[in-house]
Amino acid sequence: MSTDTNSMSRHLNPVICSLPPSGIRRFFDLVATTKGVISLGVGEPDFVTPWHIREACFDALERGFTMYTSNLGLLELRQEIAKFLDNAYDVTYNPQDEILITVGASEAVDLVMRATLQPGDEVLIPEPCYVSYAPTVIMAGGVAVPVPTYVEDEFRLTVQALERAVTPRTKLVVLCYPNNPTGAIMNREQMAAIATFAQQHDLLVLSDEIYADLTYEGTHESFASLPGMLERTILLGGFSKSYAMTGWRIGYACGHKEIVAQMTKIHQYTMLCAPIMGQMAAVEALRNGQSEKERMVEEYDQRRRYVVARFNRMGLYCFEPRGAFYAFPQITSTGLSSEEFCARLLAEEKVAVVPGNAFGQSGEGFIRVSYAYSMTNLTAALDKIEIFVQRCATGSPSPKG
Amino acid sequence: MSTDIKKKVLDILQDDCRVSVDQIALMLGQNPDTIQTLIDELEQERIIVKYPAMINWDRFDDDLVTAMIDVKVLPQRNVGFDQVAERIYNFPEVRSVALMSGGYDLSVIIEGKSMKEVALFVAQKLAVLEHVQSTATHFVLKRYKHDGVILDKQEEDHRLVVSP
Repeated sequence: MSTDTNSMSRHLNPVICSLPPSGIRRFFDLVATTKGVISLGVGEPDFVTPWHIREACFDALERGFTMYTSNLGLLELRQEIAKFLDNAYDVTYNPQDEILITVGASEAVDLVMRATLQPGDEVLIPEPCYVSYAPTVIMAGGVAVPVPTYVEDEFRLTVQALERAVTPRTKLVVLCYPNNPTGAIMNREQMAAIATFAQQHDLLVLSDEIYADLTYEGTHESFASLPGMLERTILLGGFSKSYAMTGWRIGYACGHKEIVAQMTKIHQYTMLCAPIMGQMAAVEALRNGQSEKERMVEEYDQRRRYVVARFNRMGLYCFEPRGAFYAFPQITSTGLSSEEFCARLLAEEKVAVVPGNAFGQSGEGFIRVSYAYSMTNLTAALDKIEIFVQRCATGSPSPKG
Repeated sequence: MSTDIKKKVLDILQDDCRVSVDQIALMLGQNPDTIQTLIDELEQERIIVKYPAMINWDRFDDDLVTAMIDVKVLPQRNVGFDQVAERIYNFPEVRSVALMSGGYDLSVIIEGKSMKEVALFVAQKLAVLEHVQSTATHFVLKRYKHDGVILDKQEEDHRLVVSP
């Protein structure tokens, strides 16, 4: 059947049609057609979900837990999350009406935008950042306002940058620390400045803390734990990164009960609830997953040090990422743009990394390197990157001409 | 040097003993000289005993048979089980010996070219030892997992090659 795209477009929503496809997607298509690639391009753990968690899921299935849960999610899970957040980050939420279980933290991002934005409301989004914030703002009728962050500041968000972008229409600030793609974190003092800014301008804050458990120096501090911020903040978390549970799609949103109630309404009409098997597995993760989580964090930490040291040694400056599982080295010394660097590295050495500008314009001049890979894989890939960088420095042609 | 770093070095080497000192130093954020000194110490203390490769002999040469033998022993005054264990572990056929709690005393692992060879070893060398009360021989038919490693299954990466 042939499709007349011109005639079809009149049936489609122009807002959605004009959303640019993710830069990652474009690069994915390129990598997928190349054979024998060593990829450092993945944004998910290389570990498989720990066995005891998988086993809890089998058990749930065997006992016949295959039904809907309440829209908010299993109370048991919400209680465990409340306990965890209280112990780990000193933030207190009522599991009855201040915590919503979502289909991954990604759904929660969408719910926050739709529950809070009115047409034309502006959202300040620090870049480089995860790819879905701006599109969800636009889909909710808002205006995404990028706020650049810089390697000189170790990619932390500053009030100066926010002041330049804020207007009377600003409604919400997005924070994502530890950050994908940079690995940057923010300490309490730096966040306190953002908190004052939010108060002054009466803004809500979406704090996406999905990588919180993967913090390698010091301990993660939740933005919601700052004085006066509990009510202003919608805290997002999940199980994908901490417990290697990406495919289970279990995340959560915590915040003021009136905000959570509106988010729950959207969730109820569009998603109904997160899958019960995943929710039961998440209960097991929180109850008994601490030691496995610590083991994975220790492994990431060792790889992190290794990867950062290797980049700095080969002459690509890499600031020290203190969270998540990404390094974000600067490649401007090669004279190539991010996309050229990644395309040539793929063609010449068959190593895939993601161009920094896929995460916003301020990511130009950088590449995102995931270290969610075995040491063997990392060593092999870094050796190849080093050869490539040397070749760029001497200006010699690629081996294939 | 903290025991924490020592433990991490041991974990890394146990997983792959070919990892270079330089790489371990980078992974742990330490000086390579420090790591070298530490490994030397661990070797001297015989905490690191040897650097063997883990081999799945079943895939290379199916002829060897392995048996696990439960040995009941009458412990000797003053030296307990140690002297009997020594008499046993000195045989080159014996791969490992451990003192156990529970229903028997020594767990002995023996390798031989055939079941008959192993059975004869048990009958002629082990069972006749003074203070050995009884033996029970169990032959290993197939190994699934050894020292934390699943032997037959190659780990595959099922993830997409690039994701946000």
